[in-house]
Amino acid sequence: MPVIEVREAVKRFEAVTAVDGVDLDVEEGECFGLLGPNGAGKTSLVRMIMASSPITGGTIRVFGLDVTRAAREIKAHVGVVPQEENLDPDLNVLQNLIVFSRYFDMPMSEARQRADSLLDLLELTEKAKAKAKVDELSGGMKRRLLIARALINNPKLVILDEPTVGLDPQAKYLVWQRLVTLKEQGTTLLMCTQNMEEAWRLCDRLAVMHQGRIAALDSPQALLAQHGGSQIVEARLQSHDRKDAVLAMMSEHGLHWQEIEDTLYIFEGDSQALSDELKAELQITDQHVPTLEDVFLKLTGRSLRE
Amino acid sequence: MMGVSYRSFRLWQRNRDVFLRLWHTEAPGMIAEPLFVLLAIGLGLGTYVALADNERYIEFIAPGIVAAYAMFSASFECTYGSFFRMKYQRTYEAIITTPLNIEDVVAGEAFWGATRSLITACAILIVIAAFGLVESWWALAVLPLALLAGLMFSSIALVFTALAPSVYSFNYYFTLFLTPMFFFSGVFFPLDEFPEIVQNLSWIVPLTSFANLSRALVSGDLASGAWWSLGILVGLTAVFFPVSLHLMKRRLLK
Repeated sequence: MPVIEVREAVKRFEAVTAVDGVDLDVEEGECFGLLGPNGAGKTSLVRMIMASSPITGGTIRVFGLDVTRAAREIKAHVGVVPQEENLDPDLNVLQNLIVFSRYFDMPMSEARQRADSLLDLLELTEKAKAKAKVDELSGGMKRRLLIARALINNPKLVILDEPTVGLDPQAKYLVWQRLVTLKEQGTTLLMCTQNMEEAWRLCDRLAVMHQGRIAALDSPQALLAQHGGSQIVEARLQSHDRKDAVLAMMSEHGLHWQEIEDTLYIFEGDSQALSDELKAELQITDQHVPTLEDVFLKLTGRSLRE
Repeated sequence: MMGVSYRSFRLWQRNRDVFLRLWHTEAPGMIAEPLFVLLAIGLGLGTYVALADNERYIEFIAPGIVAAYAMFSASFECTYGSFFRMKYQRTYEAIITTPLNIEDVVAGEAFWGATRSLITACAILIVIAAFGLVESWWALAVLPLALLAGLMFSSIALVFTALAPSVYSFNYYFTLFLTPMFFFSGVFFPLDEFPEIVQNLSWIVPLTSFANLSRALVSGDLASGAWWSLGILVGLTAVFFPVSLHLMKRRLLK
């Protein structure tokens, strides 16, 4: 049984359709990434999965339970790391964990033990001992405390919204390491991210979302192999008058490309080196091995979306 | 009722813990202002006020002061306090990812507002007892009364909070609703000398019922209107409490 089962999920806000018919399964123990530009519908989808937002259409089941009927039972076994910090500023570091544990009806002695081990795991013991307030923590420490808080109930599923956004590299690596540890312990992770490196390192499978739908869903490696080709060539046209002819020639060769302003991003497949004829028409500015970022941009478009 | 569970107590505990951490920063203000009003108006102005039955003016206003400041405590908690937690600290957002739902959170806020009302009533009652202004053991019944009235004022405040577009909106709540009640609900002068229509209207003003009941209990002179006043408090609570849950849910669950 999948941990999360989304069927034809739709979310509409008056005129705007944020999620437009999504199907996906997240299996036990995997790290599943939702990738997509701002406004692609990731957060709306995740909020429905967390039972924080009414579902317009379709069904969502978590641990086999319908989120609209069994929200409390589901939430008892889910941990949430929000993108924007919402720690309790009226409480100190340890109190943030203890007060949170009470929302899960955890006995105090167990909560103390769990809080201590989480503070240790996330390297916050010193701050907790100093009775530091939330305001006194750095951005990285706040994020670590958010993760500790999300783990206080020993969740079977952890939902993370951009867990490392705005962190310096040191803090980012620490968070990644802890997430890997969590995964190794068998916790299922669902993560929204725009960080390609994060998606590549952590996620077993990725769904690339675009305009409320899933544009592609596979392992990062498979997505890259399928959509990235073997080489990306960035080029400008030698002459604008020849544009139609050049594009026609590329179609003939079976090449995929994207045109942004005056630059062409050409995806070369395994045996698709540019012909001399084409090379003569192009002024090549850069060539590189495709990355997940290229795949992302190919699937969701390079132009700015807001 | 409407999805509220025992888990609302968890939110109450959270607010209690914060209060216990910070109470010393609030307590002086909590008790100083009613004390000033009691002294300045009750003793100062009171020297020039002659009441029927030779009652001392400070004796007349003391139970009303208990009621009025209990009202302010609950109202502050469930307007500015709740709005900050909801909007700026995003505490609600964090809590509703746990087994608590929005109804638990809002009910917990209302119960905590009621508790603040109780704490304030208790503090002022001790002060006025020390001044020798309490004449009956019935005065102890002001405490459960303050809890009920606190729940009512918290619920009314939360209805406003659920609708408030910004934190500045609360200026209206205070200047156009609470302050007029403070002055015209029989806290500072009896309403019997006013035209009948004003008297009848004042009965449905929530603070009037609370102040009248408080006065009846502190003086030990339980008049016939007491049941009617109690009915008003219960009735308004029964209306505003579920409405606050409903509106807050509408605001937060999108």
